[in-house]
Amino acid sequence: MEQQKNLEGYVGFANLPNQVYRKSVKRGFEFTLMVVGESGLGKSTLINSLFLTDLYSSEYPGPSHRIKKTVQVEQSKVLVKEGGVQLLLTIVDTPGFGDAVDNSNCWQPVIDHIDSKFEDYLNSESRVNRRQMPDNRVHCCLYFIAPSGHGLKPLDIEFMKRLHEKVNIIPLIAKADTMTPEECQQFKKQIMREIQEHKIKIYEFPETDDEEENKLVKKIKDRLPLAVVGSNTIIEVNGKRVRGRQYPWGVAEVENGDHCDFTILRNMLIRTHMQDLKDVTNNVHYENYRSRKLAAVTYNGADNNKSKGQLTKVDTVEGISPLAQMEEERREHMAKMKKMEMEMEQVFEMKVKEKLQKLKDSEAELQRRHEQMKKNLEAQHKELEEKRRQFEEEKVSWEAQQHLLEQQKLDASRTLEKNKKKKIF
Amino acid sequence: MWGSTLLGYVGIDTIIEQMRKKTMKTGFDFNIMVVGQSGLGKSTLVNTLFKSQVSRRSSGWSRDDKIPKTVEIKSVSHVIEEGGVKMKLTVIDTPGFGDQINNENCWEPISKYINEQYEKFLKEEVNIARKKRIPDTRVHCCLYFISPTGHSLRQLDVEFMKHLGRAVNIIPVIAKADTLTPEEKTEFKQRVRKELEVCGIEFYPQKEFDEDMEDKSDNDKIREAMPFAVVGSDKEYQVNGKRVLGRKTAWGIVEVENPNHCEFSLLRDFLIRSHLQDLKEVTHNIHYETYRAKRLNDNGGLHPISSSSDTQESNL
Repeated sequence: MEQQKNLEGYVGFANLPNQVYRKSVKRGFEFTLMVVGESGLGKSTLINSLFLTDLYSSEYPGPSHRIKKTVQVEQSKVLVKEGGVQLLLTIVDTPGFGDAVDNSNCWQPVIDHIDSKFEDYLNSESRVNRRQMPDNRVHCCLYFIAPSGHGLKPLDIEFMKRLHEKVNIIPLIAKADTMTPEECQQFKKQIMREIQEHKIKIYEFPETDDEEENKLVKKIKDRLPLAVVGSNTIIEVNGKRVRGRQYPWGVAEVENGDHCDFTILRNMLIRTHMQDLKDVTNNVHYENYRSRKLAAVTYNGADNNKSKGQLTKVDTVEGISPLAQMEEERREHMAKMKKMEMEMEQVFEMKVKEKLQKLKDSEAELQRRHEQMKKNLEAQHKELEEKRRQFEEEKVSWEAQQHLLEQQKLDASRTLEKNKKKKIF
Repeated sequence: MWGSTLLGYVGIDTIIEQMRKKTMKTGFDFNIMVVGQSGLGKSTLVNTLFKSQVSRRSSGWSRDDKIPKTVEIKSVSHVIEEGGVKMKLTVIDTPGFGDQINNENCWEPISKYINEQYEKFLKEEVNIARKKRIPDTRVHCCLYFISPTGHSLRQLDVEFMKHLGRAVNIIPVIAKADTLTPEEKTEFKQRVRKELEVCGIEFYPQKEFDEDMEDKSDNDKIREAMPFAVVGSDKEYQVNGKRVLGRKTAWGIVEVENPNHCEFSLLRDFLIRSHLQDLKEVTHNIHYETYRAKRLNDNGGLHPISSSSDTQESNL
């Protein structure tokens, strides 16, 4: 146990936080925020309201103009400066999420994106030259729940179950001005009940040692999930200029705590818990990813499907030296190869047999055809012969006839001559 | 046809009174189906429309019920009376529509139900010994609830209306319209109308069934204003000394029957006060006839069910 020693004079290391502060300010901060939810829930408007900039300008193609019907993952970066501190803000948007008729696996592009950012970071961490290590990991995911008033939809539950171990999820109730205060309360309770029922781990606000802060944290926790309204239009209310939405029956003010929880979200996200979100991402989600990835690599690299089954094997194989493990692996690998080889040979033989059979068949076919053609030819030949014979016969008979005619003529002329001669006489 | 002028009062116009008396005695049926994702306020709207607790929810179904895994068809009937006229109102609800992750073909159970009702009616009609008044369970009107995203129709909406627009009268409504500011509402409506036109979806009142110029001009006005952006509520609040149906938010009270706030009164007048009978007629004369023609053509004639149980062929 370390003893706490009292100092006899002023040393000066109480200045350490200031030094850290100055260095951080020089370095600047990075923060990546992901927004997920169906179209038309006011995600873009909320982002614009949160950071008071036009990240999504009016030219940004909204859902009405979107042509592609699959889920995309889009990143936009913006550099904001305030009071000498600069923040590189990356917003990851997921247009098309939950918009199709069949939304099975619409969370897959999102999971892939988060994993790829983790992988990039892991690779840059493992490099030899680590000077430049940009942190593009997703620090926070704002999940927008449609204000139905009933509870979570199956899609919401599926999504959160699959992503709560990869990223800090902060569920928000979108377009909260749809509900009256009582409906909102009931809806929130229902959602929290369902979240607990499905064991979804949303981002938890950490307890601090400070009593005052704890009270604030408890207040936030009571109002989860936060019901937000976004707007960038400024309206005059009672002489004050506020941001809000103008209805015929009143103005819903965005920054009024009685109207919605926007201010709580903004304070929590930006003013108090931004660093904590990054820390949790780094210490918990990223470490989870890293240990899973590295365990898979040392165990059986390639197959991801197998790794689930193999992971249970790890428990039983513990204690054997890594060398023996490798030998085991090698042997398995060889056996697998041999089996594959045998299978391939079998397949090959079968194929060869088939081909031979085919060739035989076609040969027989050809032979048959050849015979047929020969027969045809012979038949034609015979016909021709027949015709020729007929022709010859005709010729002969014709000639005979001619001959007969000639004879007759000759006879006739002879008799004529004879008659003539007779007559003369 | 000859038109002759009457030389005195005959009394032909009393037929209207006679019809009214008859209708009051027999009463009539009206079947309305509500389709839309859960949480769009369907049950509340139906309750508001008929100013009574007629939806399935009020008959004992609670908010916490789980979303069913497939689309179910649940119908609830009530007899309501007003001014001596009795109406048997059946509200057909479709819980589970559009709520799953994969919503392929979720309109099929609905289409099947509608056709089953036509089939039932057809069988009764074709009977040799017919009932005096065939019970009419055909769906006269289908209210389709569009989610007020403010952008455009969802893929599911388009698919549903395409598949069922030819079988039943579809009236699209924009649900929970108190989400939209007046500008957003106009823009959204325009976009939705354009999209419906582009996809060739004919909603009620269909242009092709307008009988004369008067009908056409009336219906044109209505078609311009559709889809109606509605808000439903069964709670009353005090506003300017009057008690109105509305929703109380922290920044004001949304009055359901105030035409500046939402178009509920337009929908109600259109649906109940002017076109109720027309909905039934279009269903009977057009949609049902289409179904009947197709059925008879396909089968080469239906066998009527006589009181004796042997099958008799009849030329239909």
